[in-house]
Amino acid sequence: MRKASPGSLRRAFQPWDDTNAKPIIEFRGVTKRFGAVTAVCDVSLSLYPREFFALLGPSGCGKTTLMRMLAGFETPDEGQILLDGVDITAVPPHLRPVNMMFQSYALFPHLSVADNIAYGLKREGLPRAEIARRVEEMLALVKLDGLGRRKPDQLSGGQRQRVALARALAKRPKLLLLDEPMAALDRKLREATQFELMDLQSKLGTTFMVVTHDQDEAMTMSDRMAVMDQGRLVQIGPPDVIYEAPANRYVAEFVGDINILEGRVASIEGDLVKVETGITGTVELDEERPTLAIGAPVLIGLRPEKIELSHDEPAGDLNKVAGEIWDIGYLGDVTMVQVMVGGDQGQLLKVALTNRTRRAARPFAWEDQVWLSWDVEAGLVLPP
Amino acid sequence: MSAPVAPPARLGRLLVAAPYLWLLLFFLAPFAMVLRMALSDADTALPPYAPHFEGLARLGEFFARLDLENFRLLAEDSLYGQSYLYSLRVAALTTLIALAIGYPLAYAMAAAPRHWRPVLLVLVVLPFWTSFLIRVYAWIGILRPDGLLDMMLGSLGLTSEPLRLLNTEAAVLIGMVYSYLPFMVLPLYATLEKLDRSLLEAAADLGATPATAFLTVTLPLSLPGLFAGAALVFIPSVGEFVIPDLLGGPDTTLIGNLLWTTFASRDWPLASAVAIVLLVVLVLPLALLQQARLARGGP
Repeated sequence: MRKASPGSLRRAFQPWDDTNAKPIIEFRGVTKRFGAVTAVCDVSLSLYPREFFALLGPSGCGKTTLMRMLAGFETPDEGQILLDGVDITAVPPHLRPVNMMFQSYALFPHLSVADNIAYGLKREGLPRAEIARRVEEMLALVKLDGLGRRKPDQLSGGQRQRVALARALAKRPKLLLLDEPMAALDRKLREATQFELMDLQSKLGTTFMVVTHDQDEAMTMSDRMAVMDQGRLVQIGPPDVIYEAPANRYVAEFVGDINILEGRVASIEGDLVKVETGITGTVELDEERPTLAIGAPVLIGLRPEKIELSHDEPAGDLNKVAGEIWDIGYLGDVTMVQVMVGGDQGQLLKVALTNRTRRAARPFAWEDQVWLSWDVEAGLVLPP
Repeated sequence: MSAPVAPPARLGRLLVAAPYLWLLLFFLAPFAMVLRMALSDADTALPPYAPHFEGLARLGEFFARLDLENFRLLAEDSLYGQSYLYSLRVAALTTLIALAIGYPLAYAMAAAPRHWRPVLLVLVVLPFWTSFLIRVYAWIGILRPDGLLDMMLGSLGLTSEPLRLLNTEAAVLIGMVYSYLPFMVLPLYATLEKLDRSLLEAAADLGATPATAFLTVTLPLSLPGLFAGAALVFIPSVGEFVIPDLLGGPDTTLIGNLLWTTFASRDWPLASAVAIVLLVVLVLPLALLQQARLARGGP
């Protein structure tokens, strides 16, 4: 029986699996150094038309440099960048059909909102009537009708962001780059804007590439995302695959919360892998990993929301381990419980409990002796 | 946490009043005195003008003796009118040349690596550490026939005859631009250095060539510094008298020189009238400019 691959949502749009699909952007072995620091190291990546792509990573991982190379503000030391199959590595920024929304928005303070949006169109030498029409169209698109005559400093942060977006979209670029687009917005506005941006992207059909350090933002908006670390792409894939089947410990820990157990492979029986860990005993995993060998060191990743918590020992042949509650963090929608397993010198495991009811008495308290259990499909094997 | 203690209201009012008091004491009062002098007549007594203020009882008589005689003379004698116009011309040329040299200089300084900027800034200010008079005198040595400049050009084979620059308008302009260039560079540098680099990247991203980006972004955003620099060069240039006196010739009489010789010949009332008209000539265009900028809604 063929099992579903981890976290496979039904997708209508996945050109990256289609061998006939032609990428709009291709990085081929791109490397960029600043002095002794290698900011981007041997990156190869393809973006497809209409895709919403997110580059995720901590600050300093090279994601902004990668984006700036696409805009033309930095030149790669090695490798090529192709747009629609044409090498644009040496093309200066003002000649690239790529537009960027800057993190600081970089609105021209001496120009009105309408003139900001018209700036790129004027450089194209479009007739005045056409420019005026396109500016009105853009203002309507980002819901800023009637604010065309304001100066940027007369707008709120959210409005400025929309002007920056309208200005970058006005030239109808093949690819829109967004550098930390939500960084300056407060949380509520950020959520609303994320959905508006997705809506806009599917309406216009423009390829979007967004750089962010915020995993929620990347996961909410993107069709596919890439996780970067120290100048390298660690994993590329749809958000659910990245979350449910991370390639290594770095990705697993960067995207979402995870418990990591260290152990050695004890036995392999078909898809069932048994791993012996010092703290939790033998853990059974249901995963096809033909590369695993008996006795090899492995890491087991366990997402907090996939662990069950109970006072009584659960029946059945689930993975289970006893422990003591050390800490309870109430977050509103979920409660994060930290359980010490394997004695006082053991390991703290995080368990997420969904708060489904409003008034139920909290079932767990500090210092409760509890059992943790999880399904064989819950854990994932990571290379050490 | 305790809120910061507010200063007593009286102290606050005193602080607000301070600049006004300063203006009253050191600008308005002297201006009133100069104006009163300009309306008086020259006298051989001490002080060399009449009438004198002889108490409140004879105030009417005092005012009756003030008249516009000196201003009438300024209007009738073409020497003064020409001199005013010539001063404006020299000041305008000085400002334009200082702008043409100062803008690229300030731009290059602002574009230089961050750790170089303080050094470059010191270099611009460095000439101020030597006396102004000595520096202008030094230019005599450079510009005089067979001086440093002629020797250099001659030894390079570029000229065979002395240029005879000294005592010409060119020499005055060289001296003026040299002296006032830092006042153009410093405010320009201050605005250009603050300019957000990402604005230029945004312009390039939207299809602007480097030249277009300069004209549509850098230049308009540096206008405040440009206006400040132009005012700082133009205003003292109009009244300048040391540089034309030392480097200029008989044809380069600026209004400052006229003012100086009039004072020296002890005609204080006429000199005061010259000074008042100079002030009006300077303040009026600036006031109009400010009015226009306010009307446009600019800073």
